[in-house]
Amino acid sequence: MADDVTDDLVLEMRGIRKEFPGVVANDDVSFDVRRGEVHALLGENGAGKSTLMNILYGLYRPDAGEIRLNEEAVAFSSARDAIQAGIGMVHQHFMLIPVMTVAENIVLGTEPVREGIFLDEAAADRRVSDMAKTFRFEVDPDALVQDIGVGQQQRVEIMKALYRNADILILDEPTAVLTPQEATDLFEILRTLKREGMSLIFISHKLNEVLDIADRITVLRRGKTIETVPRAGATEESLARAMVGREVLLRVEKAPAQPGDVLLSVRDLHVRDDRQIEKVRGVSLEVRAGEIVGVAGVDGNGQTELIDALTGLQRIESGTVTIAGHELTHAHARAALDAGIGHIPEDRQRRGLVLDFSIAENIALHDYAKAPDSRWGWIFPSRMVQRAKALIREFDIRGGGPLTRAGGLSGGNQQKLVAAREISRDPSVLIAAQPTRGLDVGAIEYLHRRLVTERDEGRAILLVSLELDEILSLSDRILVLYEGQIVAEHTGEVSEEAIGLEMLGGREAEAA
Amino acid sequence: MTDSAPAPPPQEPAEAETLAARFAVKQRAGGIAVPIVTLILAFLMAGAVVAATQHSVHKALLAYRDIFNGAGLNWIFHPTTNIQVLASYNLSQTLLQTSTLILTGLAVAFAFRAGMFNIGGQGQYFLGIIVANWVGVSFATMSTTPHILLAVVAATLAGAAWAGIAGVLKATVGAHEVISTIMLNWIAIYLASWLFGDGGPLQNSTDPFTPVSDTIAKSAQLPVFWGTQGFQGLDIGIFIALGALVVFWVLLNRTTLGYEVKAVGFNPEAAAYGGISVKKNLIRAMAISGAFAGLAGAVDMLGYLYHYGQADVPFSNVGFLGIAVALLGRNTAVGTLLGALLFGGLLFGTTHGLNSGSVIQPELAGNLTYIVVGLVILFVGADVLVLYVWNTPRRLLRRRAKAAASTAELPA
Repeated sequence: MADDVTDDLVLEMRGIRKEFPGVVANDDVSFDVRRGEVHALLGENGAGKSTLMNILYGLYRPDAGEIRLNEEAVAFSSARDAIQAGIGMVHQHFMLIPVMTVAENIVLGTEPVREGIFLDEAAADRRVSDMAKTFRFEVDPDALVQDIGVGQQQRVEIMKALYRNADILILDEPTAVLTPQEATDLFEILRTLKREGMSLIFISHKLNEVLDIADRITVLRRGKTIETVPRAGATEESLARAMVGREVLLRVEKAPAQPGDVLLSVRDLHVRDDRQIEKVRGVSLEVRAGEIVGVAGVDGNGQTELIDALTGLQRIESGTVTIAGHELTHAHARAALDAGIGHIPEDRQRRGLVLDFSIAENIALHDYAKAPDSRWGWIFPSRMVQRAKALIREFDIRGGGPLTRAGGLSGGNQQKLVAAREISRDPSVLIAAQPTRGLDVGAIEYLHRRLVTERDEGRAILLVSLELDEILSLSDRILVLYEGQIVAEHTGEVSEEAIGLEMLGGREAEAA
Repeated sequence: MTDSAPAPPPQEPAEAETLAARFAVKQRAGGIAVPIVTLILAFLMAGAVVAATQHSVHKALLAYRDIFNGAGLNWIFHPTTNIQVLASYNLSQTLLQTSTLILTGLAVAFAFRAGMFNIGGQGQYFLGIIVANWVGVSFATMSTTPHILLAVVAATLAGAAWAGIAGVLKATVGAHEVISTIMLNWIAIYLASWLFGDGGPLQNSTDPFTPVSDTIAKSAQLPVFWGTQGFQGLDIGIFIALGALVVFWVLLNRTTLGYEVKAVGFNPEAAAYGGISVKKNLIRAMAISGAFAGLAGAVDMLGYLYHYGQADVPFSNVGFLGIAVALLGRNTAVGTLLGALLFGGLLFGTTHGLNSGSVIQPELAGNLTYIVVGLVILFVGADVLVLYVWNTPRRLLRRRAKAAASTAELPA
């Protein structure tokens, strides 16, 4: 792979500094990119990766420092300038118009026209199909963006940049929204682009991905460049140490589980989603006190509906749910919470938190209607604040006090806030859905350790995750969910490949 | 509310999904500066209208002075309780308008905090007017306090029920409250026209050819404390309105009900996850919102109107002005008070201060109020635009810095 890379620098950023009120986001950062290389920018949330790239993309102006593009000094005052100079960016949140077709989205802003004013749809389609063929994108130019999957939408974003003749492409945490299979496909595409001579900047905090795709790796920590290293010789451990600034335990250390009584028992559960499609089709499972049961599966195989049914957020079609001896089959969400369910939801921003509420108000989300938070409908904010103070200390939530807006916290601290609320309610069953999605190494380490501690305290933990690594390293028992059914169960050692195949459905895997 | 400089980029930009959440974002972005800039711009443009139509900048300045005096604000230079003094009288009338606008403003603000846009304040106000008039005319044998209480409570509940219909429709079949409250407005308007019109059930019993209601009994009239009872003196309605401001603040900030309403307003999905019933709170918030507007109708009817004519119905717009009050006041209790004072002053100040004809034609005077109100609504709705103007100096500085940088690079 290294032989594709030439030595000529297409981009140099030297001594970049950017200050925001109270924060130095970038402090004397230097970064360069060679033609035809994948250069990974690695760092925890808040390390300054996004700021640096937003400066490169013309969204911010640096307070100091120099950007040289093909050996010429440049100063961008808007993204338009950057695009004209050949820089493209694929944001984490896609900037597509769902009701328009793939081709329309790609040509938007630089549409080919007929007779001066009419959109030349044929020309647009043709150019887009040509491009799709060249890079083997497998995207239908006439499909509406709202009808295609996330992985395909991301390809549309990449094609948008290519259409505008980008030769440096910035990818901001591109795999955060993808399934493992989609991520593999993306990496194929990136390798093709690389062969065509494009330079790619790959922002990530996932070590294995970076080691998989990058030629060189630059690590940022607290706004400073820590090191730039070639991939050869770098290890997950060395990168994690550079990112966090201390030794990090990447593997979870835990004693063998000592399962006790059955705390969560599900019998022949059937659940339909909002469109009346049966997503959970006869699931039975048990989780005992003191064990972590992992549910592996590709996204969309019934995980969301299973969790929602257990937590009273989705109606159950048939079957039973029993928590610590209480039957809770048709319980309302509040009743499920009060019966001893703790729930770290899949999406902390959409569901787990009211971002416009303070930390204290978020901690009270399940208990605001009870003493001590309130009595006879009268709320005592000072008591909420007191409880929040204690939990902020216990769970090491950084970035603000009890009255800080939850939306102002970093992702890791938001997740700690959710975990603090759920665990502090002393649940007998803790359901953790994607508990470390989008978090950086330090926060992942913390949450994993915490889940093991809670297991040892005697809670029954149901871990649902799309990250196979996470399932494998945390679970005492693994269930594989495929098309709404449990297709396999493992205790003890099992290989990633074996589970990977089961996740794709046994029969199809055999045929492949 | 603090005016914050551009904050560092959030680590994971959250999509602002609901009306209330989007509003919260804007609120943080602009702080208190935006409403003030909004107002200044609106006033300047209104002044420009006067200057252009009168071909005189001087007249525009005089118009500002006359509005100020017309609203009775010159009272502060010579405070007196003597209502015979023009400034005192003007001020009392401004406060009379303010009482109503506080309540209709709260109606909009409360729904807003639950993530809903209640455009139906006008209709809910009419329900309050109708019921207060009916109760005030009937039960004439009751003694004062219970009669007033009965009328106020009944009118408030009527407003709550009227808005509650929109809440129920939203919670059960998902009908958007903007559409349903607008439709309910028209139903209320025609209901009032019919009730007070010739042969209508509430039309007066003495003159069958005048489409006006009976006058409410003395026992139902709110006591006047500044001015003369029966001649639009300032009644205790202003204290009811101030009390409502306190209730609004307490409900939202010190009760579990307010906690639920705000949670639903900011993020219904998280609220449901927390065990809060979203449907129940949509209905409840809408009903409380309507209660404020119904109370506004009661305060007007029992405070100084005493009767209502069919011809008055199409001219009433206090419910709509409540939208401007709430928007300008950023849906907070204090903001709503300030917004209501401003619009109360404007309404009375322009209509009475400029009516002399000495500065500008009376025909323009009344319309000037609505020009300013319209501009304020426009600017509040377009506060992105105001933010843009607000940030212009900073942007210009940046551009200059860039120009300097590029000239410096030229020799190379």
